[in-house]
Amino acid sequence: MLSTHSYDANGKMKDYHYSGPVEHRFSPYAFNGGTVLAVAGEDFAIVASDTRLSEGYSIHSRDSPKCYTLTDTTVIGCSGFHGDCLTLTKIIDARLKMYKHSNNKSMTSGAIAAMLSTILYGRRFFPYYVYNIIGGLDEEGKGAVYSFDPVGSYQRDTYKAGGSASAMLQPLLDNQIGFKNMENVQHVPLTQEKAVQLVKDVFISAAERDVYTGDALKICIVTKDGIREEIVPLRKD
Amino acid sequence: MSGSAADCQYWERLLAKECRLYKLRDKERISVSAASKLLCNMMLGYRGMGLSVGSMICGWDKKGPGLYYVDDNGTRLSGRMFSTGCGNGYAYGVVDSGYHEDMTVEEAYELGLRGITHATHRDAYSGGVVNMYHMQEDGWIKVCQEDVSELIHRYRKGMF
Repeated sequence: MLSTHSYDANGKMKDYHYSGPVEHRFSPYAFNGGTVLAVAGEDFAIVASDTRLSEGYSIHSRDSPKCYTLTDTTVIGCSGFHGDCLTLTKIIDARLKMYKHSNNKSMTSGAIAAMLSTILYGRRFFPYYVYNIIGGLDEEGKGAVYSFDPVGSYQRDTYKAGGSASAMLQPLLDNQIGFKNMENVQHVPLTQEKAVQLVKDVFISAAERDVYTGDALKICIVTKDGIREEIVPLRKD
Repeated sequence: MSGSAADCQYWERLLAKECRLYKLRDKERISVSAASKLLCNMMLGYRGMGLSVGSMICGWDKKGPGLYYVDDNGTRLSGRMFSTGCGNGYAYGVVDSGYHEDMTVEEAYELGLRGITHATHRDAYSGGVVNMYHMQEDGWIKVCQEDVSELIHRYRKGMF
């Protein structure tokens, strides 16, 4: 739609557009864009996000990653409204510290996921506008991915995309990692090298078509040896 | 449970906590009637605020097997059979036709699978896999997890 015209009762085009008194309200939310992705492997997990922070037609920053390290074995990706992302990660960090002081050990990925669910539901009637995905290693050392909705419902997945380009990434992951909608294909387990290459390719595609995704890609690879980071440039337009 | 995923997950987890506390305090397992009433009263506490929960509480107690339907309006009904969610009408059609008093367990498994499969076929918001659980006197067992795309071909041979 390049232009819209409204018509009066006689079918004549209106010169002015006035539909009556309209109430304006302050919106406590903003949409800052960004896409997050997590993949779980046999002994690794990958959490990746783009680094563009936008609002409307503007870009606030080209270097604002959406992955936050929580523990040695867990990384969270948060996209949506940046204000709520910051507050939520501060609250999670505080709760992690409290747990460590009371229980003398770090929280496991599964425990962080369960806790995040109750933190999000605590604001059921004024939600955190954040799409969260946790990636990390479970207690057996296997890769784990937990995906959330803004009010706290969650489940464990093998792979998940969230944020503005999630609808573009998820079907591609379903096909390449889940082998969906393909026949007579051998199901090979995902290696770390293949997973990292897939994540890069998938984000390059997303940056082509989604205006809110681009600038750079930050990949956090979680293994038992720690968390490694890789930064890959993306389209800046 | 049907409705909002977050509401269902949160309140049913809270219900599980309350049932566990009941067992620790009263030294006996909670009845199905009491458990369903706990959930019903949780829903009534937030009446009108937009929670969306349609759930069925199923279990065994001193009175035998029990099934209750509880939803966000505060409705709590005991019955022999229920279905909930946006595809529930389609499921009712199938299970109401196939249900009879002296069904065997295997016949019931098959009827359940059919009901869900037909509902997922016609309702846009339902789909994926059927997770089936059997609540027996000494606990629950997971019967099966079947993909509805395969089941629909079994039940509607020649349809597509």
